[in-house]
Amino acid sequence: MLGYAVRRLGLGVAIVTTAMAILFIMIFLVPGDPASVALGPRATPEMVEALRVRMGLDRPVWEQFWNFYASAVRGDLGTEALSGRPVADVVLEQLPYTLALIVSGISWAVALGIPLGALAAVQRGSLADRIVGVLSVAVIAVPSFVVAIYALLIFAVWLRWLPAIGAGEPGDFADQLTHLLLPSLAVGLGWVGYIARMVRASMLEALQASHIRTARAFGLPERLITYSYALRIAILPTLTLLGIGVGHMLSSAVFAEIVFARPGIGKLVYDAIIVRNYPVVTGAVLVTTVFFVMVNVAADILVGALDPRVRSELGR
Amino acid sequence: MSSVAEPARPRHAGLAALGRVLAEPMGLFGLALVVLVIVSAVFADQLAAYNPTRMMPRDRFADPGWTHLMGTDHLGRDLFARVLHGGRIALWVALVATSISLALGAVLGLIAGYGPRWLDNLLILIFDAVKSFPTVMLALTLVTLFGPSLTAVMVVVVLVATPSYARVIRTQTMALKTSEFILAARAMGAGMGRILRVHVLPNVIGPVLILASMDIPVVIAIEAGMSFLGLGVRPPTPSWGAILNDGFTNIRETPWIAVAGGLPVILTTLGFTFLGETLRDVFDPRLRREG
Repeated sequence: MLGYAVRRLGLGVAIVTTAMAILFIMIFLVPGDPASVALGPRATPEMVEALRVRMGLDRPVWEQFWNFYASAVRGDLGTEALSGRPVADVVLEQLPYTLALIVSGISWAVALGIPLGALAAVQRGSLADRIVGVLSVAVIAVPSFVVAIYALLIFAVWLRWLPAIGAGEPGDFADQLTHLLLPSLAVGLGWVGYIARMVRASMLEALQASHIRTARAFGLPERLITYSYALRIAILPTLTLLGIGVGHMLSSAVFAEIVFARPGIGKLVYDAIIVRNYPVVTGAVLVTTVFFVMVNVAADILVGALDPRVRSELGR
Repeated sequence: MSSVAEPARPRHAGLAALGRVLAEPMGLFGLALVVLVIVSAVFADQLAAYNPTRMMPRDRFADPGWTHLMGTDHLGRDLFARVLHGGRIALWVALVATSISLALGAVLGLIAGYGPRWLDNLLILIFDAVKSFPTVMLALTLVTLFGPSLTAVMVVVVLVATPSYARVIRTQTMALKTSEFILAARAMGAGMGRILRVHVLPNVIGPVLILASMDIPVVIAIEAGMSFLGLGVRPPTPSWGAILNDGFTNIRETPWIAVAGGLPVILTTLGFTFLGETLRDVFDPRLRREG
């Protein structure tokens, strides 16, 4: 088990390193000099040259990448040109808002998706199964930002049930919760469909397994077999799915933050783009990518711990 | 027993498949929506009474009605015309970007699957790394660095889609690599290019085509999403995302603009998804588990 975890972690580090190389190449390919762009059109050539040296742009490419990589590993993502604050601080300050949104989205999607999937599997071929099937496909298909805008339109503008913008008064938990409802609806809705489909499929497979047959032969109650024995196995692939899905959820969260004017990574980057604040954008991309890879590694290791069959797969 | 006449088989396998798609309510519904979207985009000029970029200042923020079916926006442009023409952009991006991703994915997948082990490992690492960027963050970065444009949208789509196609092609190529007919072709002196092109590619492309058709809604969502953020198609070009953005800005006063921008996105993604799901079930049920 430890070997599997170490191998999976190593792969994660390799992926992050490659992703950083790709990001570095993209920044490197940008037309124009980052130093003069950062200083604006009114900067003197001397000022630009001084910033070039300070940013290390006068060095060879390999050295630039190494500096980029080494300082990122140390947690140094550069400083924001305008305020002079470390980018890492600026980004990490916003991360909790985005994480809260993602976690709340996943939570309600799991709470609804697993029972729906299990129900569809147990009543395979029934009307309920077909309805769950079609609805799952439908909510997966519709982009989350359209869900966000329509939710805003229906629940905040027309019905006026819920607040439209912001994250709520700090310290006022009820207020923050009501502000979280609509964004969390937009982030989670598609996942109800994904999870229901995944649970249904793996539940159908699990119900065929030999230990389930044995349990039936022993005359255990059907409810115990389905909801305890089969569902326990059927939930495992959902974990992997959620790991892979964190990237999608991050994307949905970015849109939800922009639509509902909530603080978070999405709002931060969106505002940074308008003023062409490069370091904040690349810093945020780096943080979210590392976060995504880490969640995937964690999900895989967790599934490996719960299901020994998975561990051997990485040794392909 | 054998004297019983066999049921007449459709002459063409494609017709049989179409019949099976139409027999499924979901497939029929999806196909109807897709046809509706394609027809309205192709005949946008004939179906809409106005030019999508023509500004009619006296008709600003007109309610939906008989003169303007979906109303007008803040510049007095007819929303119905903009929605129909927006479909052209969406379908164009879907067609071009998906084709490029397919071609690139096929080449890289064949190389990874057939080439030396180290190259395979390197390519897989790059695919995984590219896929580890959250889509929106990738789009935001590219646009920050290179500026908003339709090309930026296509680059994002290609970067997001290519790794998945390449991976599927790679896996299948590896399975074929040691099969007898490939070995025979090699023994007869066929070069690598010829083997990949003539013998491997036709055998591995099928499932990827289905995957690509199922990705169309995703591509349309990326285009609309980026244009919504003002990072995609430049004004005054009509795009569903741009209409949504206009509607979002004025959502309290004139909510119909946001409805007009969102509705085609919803109908199109639903149509292509329902159709894609049915096609996949008909052609290749094995892909179902990758959902």
